[in-house]
Amino acid sequence: MSSGAANHPLVQLFIARFREFIRTPEAVFWSYVFPLVMMISLGLAFRSDSVEPVAVCVQEGPQADELIQTLQASPRFVVLRGSPEECRQMLRSGKAELVLTVEGSGTEAVYHYQLDQTRPGSVSARDAVNDALQIAAGRKDPVGTKQTAVTEAGSRYIDFLVPGLIGMGLMGGGVWGVGYAIVDMRIRQVLKRLLGTPMKKHHFVAAMMASRMVFMIPEMIVILILSRLMFSVVSHGGYLLIGVIVLLGAFQFASIGLIIASRAKTLEAVAGLMNLTMVPMWIGSGIFFSADRFPDLVQPVIRLLPLTPVISSLRQVMQEGAGLITILPDLGLMLAWLVITFVVALRIFRWD
Amino acid sequence: MTYAIECRQLTRTWPGNPPVEAVKGIDLQVERGICFGVLGPNGAGKTTTIEICEGLQSATSGEALILGMSWKTQADQIRQQIGISLQETRLSEKLTVLETLTLFRSFFQQGLDPLAVIDRVSLREKMHSRIRTLSGGQKQRVAVATALVGNPQLLFLDEPTTGLDPQSRRDLWRVITDFREGGGTVLLTTHYMDEAERLCDRVAIFDRGRILAIDSPQNLIRGLGAEHVVAFAVSGGQQPAEDFGAGLPGVIAVRRESDQRCLSVREPHVAIPALLELINRSGLQLSSLTTRQATLEDVFVHFAGHGLNEGTEGNVR
Repeated sequence: MSSGAANHPLVQLFIARFREFIRTPEAVFWSYVFPLVMMISLGLAFRSDSVEPVAVCVQEGPQADELIQTLQASPRFVVLRGSPEECRQMLRSGKAELVLTVEGSGTEAVYHYQLDQTRPGSVSARDAVNDALQIAAGRKDPVGTKQTAVTEAGSRYIDFLVPGLIGMGLMGGGVWGVGYAIVDMRIRQVLKRLLGTPMKKHHFVAAMMASRMVFMIPEMIVILILSRLMFSVVSHGGYLLIGVIVLLGAFQFASIGLIIASRAKTLEAVAGLMNLTMVPMWIGSGIFFSADRFPDLVQPVIRLLPLTPVISSLRQVMQEGAGLITILPDLGLMLAWLVITFVVALRIFRWD
Repeated sequence: MTYAIECRQLTRTWPGNPPVEAVKGIDLQVERGICFGVLGPNGAGKTTTIEICEGLQSATSGEALILGMSWKTQADQIRQQIGISLQETRLSEKLTVLETLTLFRSFFQQGLDPLAVIDRVSLREKMHSRIRTLSGGQKQRVAVATALVGNPQLLFLDEPTTGLDPQSRRDLWRVITDFREGGGTVLLTTHYMDEAERLCDRVAIFDRGRILAIDSPQNLIRGLGAEHVVAFAVSGGQQPAEDFGAGLPGVIAVRRESDQRCLSVREPHVAIPALLELINRSGLQLSSLTTRQATLEDVFVHFAGHGLNEGTEGNVR
């Protein structure tokens, strides 16, 4: 038998791990399809690339026809009409943002708007409808205005979401891919069997982590490409820097998976530990909404969670075009998590 | 020439209340080139002893030298020269036979071509099948193949044929015999006495963490002083006394095995007529009478004072 690189134990362990992964369809699904489904559904739900028409309900009255005609001249408005009761019903159910009534007549006429002041859509609908009616009635603005349309790519929800989903994918992939796999091997005594061979333990651990990288990189590339094709999400910063963050993040979470799995002897135990680890980060690290919304008191804790620097640095690079220097503190924190969990995991790791 | 295995006053105690002494001071020497059997019921300390020898568990006290080397200082060298099959080896279900053996081969500096090992365990047609799809006997042969692929001098097999069908057992016996004939040393544990008699040059009989006897199977049986067993049963309400038949000419020992009585007998042609006459005289109704050669099972009962399947304090790891 030749002793080429292909027969090096590190390579063989890596290949074995890779084969096990691709032969587990459910693992492939959860790693690749799930984050994509998440991105596509949330991206569609919160898309903001077209201005939604505003629904206005005009209450029946002597001047209703005239008002409706004026408003219908603008494509911005969807005009509904109804009795006072029907109008209020539409307002309550959200079918209309605004109810409009004319009180008085001639020069005494007053436009009466009924709206919920806490609904941002209603407030802007009131302003838009009022502007349209006043201009139609002959209002002249004392100062001229001019407007340039700017599409600020990077400011939409999907631009915010994609870095969050990449971080979530890295976390889930590392913690599940390494943690669950190791405990499964311990339960089936595969680890014990390997311990009975001259296999080097660090080869095993290195292969485990390296195989995570290889599964992770295509996953991230697919997310980036699809988000670009479907939602025109582009990075304002370098893709190389994104690669650095993804790589470090994947190692970090693989190492966290390793420490979670270092002692657990049942799948229930490891599943509990994984949830205990991941749930605070799902909530706190700002995957779906900004972590700034949490009270100041918990901010230091949130700041230190391993997922926070991953998402924060990705957002800074992708949305703000930040460079390496800006995200160095985030990278440092990730490196600290990686080194600490790795060293501790190797110390407390149990093979049987 | 050093021994293949040398255990000196090996003990293993599991902490607890009260502590469980799985192994209570084992001294053992296994010469090179033989097949050595460790026999005993569940809970006798067989697996604990073999796993200490394999370097998978540590001894509470005492030492196990493997091929003259110590686990404390030469663990890596030992692992290069031994092959292991655990009591329940479960390999990665999603890899094929060839992939599994190629992986295990990569751990050893020197070893055999995985294909050659596949041929030795007769799994050529299954080499591209995933482990999950194999039968119990085939899986066990793959497990033994992973032990052989490093071309070991010493092979550890912990209950290799437990739960296998007769054909699979014979297939594995042939693999083991071939290895021994190639000059290798085998240490195997079993609770099948026929397996030990068939495969082993020497056996150690374990019970409750101690060795009761070590010798060749033939010598152990001969040592009973009675190479035949006469078993009989009576029908009807009246049962013979516990020591019924003791003292008859040629009868060495008497014991009860469920509803049968077993007499260890030196000369059946003398003992049987005497037994029949005694039964007649006692007014008992004979319902069966059989004779057989004494086996290691009888040796075990002789030393342990109880049957193999009566177990001890349960299965201690």
